[in-house]
Amino acid sequence: MGSNTTETHPVLGYRMKMAKKKGASLIVADPRKIELADHADVFLQLRPGTNEALINGIINVIIEERLSDDQFIAERTEGYEEMAAAVKKYTPEYVEGITGVAAGDIRKAARLYAGAESAGIYYTMGITQHTNGTNTVMAIANLAMVTGNMGKPSSGINPLRGQNNVQGACDMGGLPVVFTGYQRVDNEAALSKFEKAWGVKLNSRPGLTVTEIMDGILNGEIKALYVMGENPALSDANIHHVMEALEKVEFLVVQDIFLTETAAKADVVLPAAAFAEKVGTFSNTERRVQMVRKAVNAPGEAKADWLILQELANKLGMEWHYEGPDHIFQEIAQLTPAYAGISYQRLEQEGGLQWPCPSADHPGTLYLHEGQFSRGKGLFTPVEYLPPAEETDQEYPLVLTTGRNLYHYHTGSMTRQSKPLNAFKPEEFAQISREDADRLGIKNGDLVKVSSRRGEVEVKADVTEVVPTGVIFMTFHYHEVPVNVLTNNQVDPIAKIPELKVCAVKLEKVG
Amino acid sequence: MVSLTINGQSVEVEPEATILQAAEKLGIFIPTFCYDPELTLVGACRMCVVEVEKARALMASCCTPVMDGMVVHTESERVIAARKENLNLLIANHPLDCLTCEKTGACRLQDYCYQYGISESDYHGDKKDYELDDTNPFFIRNMNKCILCGLCVRTCHEINGAGAVEFMNRGFDSKVTAAFDDPLENSSCVFCGMCVDACPVGALTPKHGIGKGRPWELKRVKTVCPYCGTGCGLELYVKGNTVVGAKGDVTSPASRGQTCVKGRFGFDFLQSPERLKSPLIRKNGELVESSWDEALDLIAKKFKEVKGTELAGLASARVTNEENYLFQKLLRSLGSNNVDHCARL
Repeated sequence: MGSNTTETHPVLGYRMKMAKKKGASLIVADPRKIELADHADVFLQLRPGTNEALINGIINVIIEERLSDDQFIAERTEGYEEMAAAVKKYTPEYVEGITGVAAGDIRKAARLYAGAESAGIYYTMGITQHTNGTNTVMAIANLAMVTGNMGKPSSGINPLRGQNNVQGACDMGGLPVVFTGYQRVDNEAALSKFEKAWGVKLNSRPGLTVTEIMDGILNGEIKALYVMGENPALSDANIHHVMEALEKVEFLVVQDIFLTETAAKADVVLPAAAFAEKVGTFSNTERRVQMVRKAVNAPGEAKADWLILQELANKLGMEWHYEGPDHIFQEIAQLTPAYAGISYQRLEQEGGLQWPCPSADHPGTLYLHEGQFSRGKGLFTPVEYLPPAEETDQEYPLVLTTGRNLYHYHTGSMTRQSKPLNAFKPEEFAQISREDADRLGIKNGDLVKVSSRRGEVEVKADVTEVVPTGVIFMTFHYHEVPVNVLTNNQVDPIAKIPELKVCAVKLEKVG
Repeated sequence: MVSLTINGQSVEVEPEATILQAAEKLGIFIPTFCYDPELTLVGACRMCVVEVEKARALMASCCTPVMDGMVVHTESERVIAARKENLNLLIANHPLDCLTCEKTGACRLQDYCYQYGISESDYHGDKKDYELDDTNPFFIRNMNKCILCGLCVRTCHEINGAGAVEFMNRGFDSKVTAAFDDPLENSSCVFCGMCVDACPVGALTPKHGIGKGRPWELKRVKTVCPYCGTGCGLELYVKGNTVVGAKGDVTSPASRGQTCVKGRFGFDFLQSPERLKSPLIRKNGELVESSWDEALDLIAKKFKEVKGTELAGLASARVTNEENYLFQKLLRSLGSNNVDHCARL
């Protein structure tokens, strides 16, 4: 759901197709007719920004047709009645009106999902990059719990992490509200534990998220910004806004392996080592901590990020004396219950461990929530469908949705520098439906202008059956066609994720 | 459990095991071309034949199930003669350009010819004469070297699911190719490179490593792919200070040797001339090279000038756990919880 798995997580895509061949059923929900749709038992081609309605519709069928796992609901959850009342109005016919998905297909999907002995839900940013993304994830949790698809093998809710160590960056406290292992900065016990371990006085007030940091720069709250291995100048929504912030911030430090669009704006640029030039660990989408090993030396004077951080800390008077990544990992394990049983020695011997791994003799955890949820009982949350922040109108009649292609990765800082990958996919094409193309006299390869309330880009057209009428798809890999000048930086009120997946645009043929 | 005897040694295995698996348990090597434990068994290449007492014909050990009391010989005279004949036939129609072939040193055809002392073929017939397919930027297909083991076909269908290549024609004219015998880029191929890694001979050659080192000169380093969050294991091939190749790490619990085009072919950004090689400081509007000391002193000075809460940092979904840990420790120690990264993007 909202995951073009065969292109964004290809190896997981292979596994899905293999499972299908072995007899599993596959339900695919996506606005585009992606490759997996060809393999699906049911393909739900919903309008962009209507996930929540679709999920509520599926739950409605499960409850109406008594397909729910009542024992699981009674023993493991709370709040069922409120949730059930909330989905009452989301009949398949009502949901068809919102999503464009035929009521019969919604029923078929509900029966398949609820009828399976175990069923997993896999999603990516197609679910979360919406102003109602958090609610949609809660709706997904409702769906999994109402059928008892939690805490057992091959089930659950599986957000596929988009980057090699996005899981690890979160686990390590690369978030404004938490230290490592999701220990909150405003929790007194956690705060004093870290104050004691680090020998410093710490701030208990949660900090700002990336979108708030950019706003903070513009309103003068943030004066210095340190960016390590990120490229917000291409990846963030509404780039004009981000660029304004990067121009305005009084002091910008960027640490990266290339002079990215963000680094080009910096006051100081620090050259870092790439993945094959250092030792450390990454945590993958299944919470598996794995060893990263050094194959070659970094070019010129470039250094591993940990070494740069240590040298800077010492310039700031902190007296760090880490001998190497292993030494740092030991400190992480001491301060992080979920990582406590993991060590380099075990990773070398056992080849990867899935957290929580609380002790040296713990084998790691294949799946979460067995027996009980982290909070005790699983909480159903009633959620309502809300339309996207920006809807189409006469001036901007089409919906733009964004994502990746198979051959490039994120802002292209690595893949655009790879000769074979870039030779194979050197330029961006906007996917446009045949109907929209015919209406505007656009042919394959024609140059078109896509504009939104925030900006415009020129791009070649790929007239295709993949997108439905009224929808355009573009990737954010190409600096020549920075699609995020178009996207909407309205955020989800809880997760602060911008609505990258839906904005209103108009399309014109150039020349 | 079933017990059998192989080359005079007895072994106990599960009843569904094959002779090949039983031999593996004893550490007895049996040569194979078309066998891969992850794929359907086809028993096509006949390289793994063994002699089973009381059986009329030689048996393909990769797909013959064990039986209680079986007595097996893996290197008997009959077996050796059959394997030699097999190799004799294979090289009758195989370019023997091992001096320049990229596969030399990692070629199973070469290894087995060495093992059984076959240097040229007794048969002199037609040779295949296909044009090289080198139109894609990732690998070259030389179907004159293909021994038709079918590993690439099964990998493409059974592991990847793309089903881009298949056998065309029959007999001597058999050829592995894409639909309509078109170049791969016109097919459903997604260039995952798993066929390249499966190929036991030099029919499929990654372009990146050509002329960059023989297998025995290369150091192999196991690591994790730097792209998406699947966490596939990669084995990097290193010569000197250069990564010259990569393949899936079959011991990886996350990926079992599987790869996609980015992990398999997208590592050459490491050697890009565009890499940053020294610290840069903006002076009079231009970024100019500086020493580490000058750059870090300047950052330290500027960070000390602002209040903790006026400082913000973006950690990274690309760097290691250890580095993310230190990054947030640094920011928080300076009084700032304004730490985030692109998990939201």
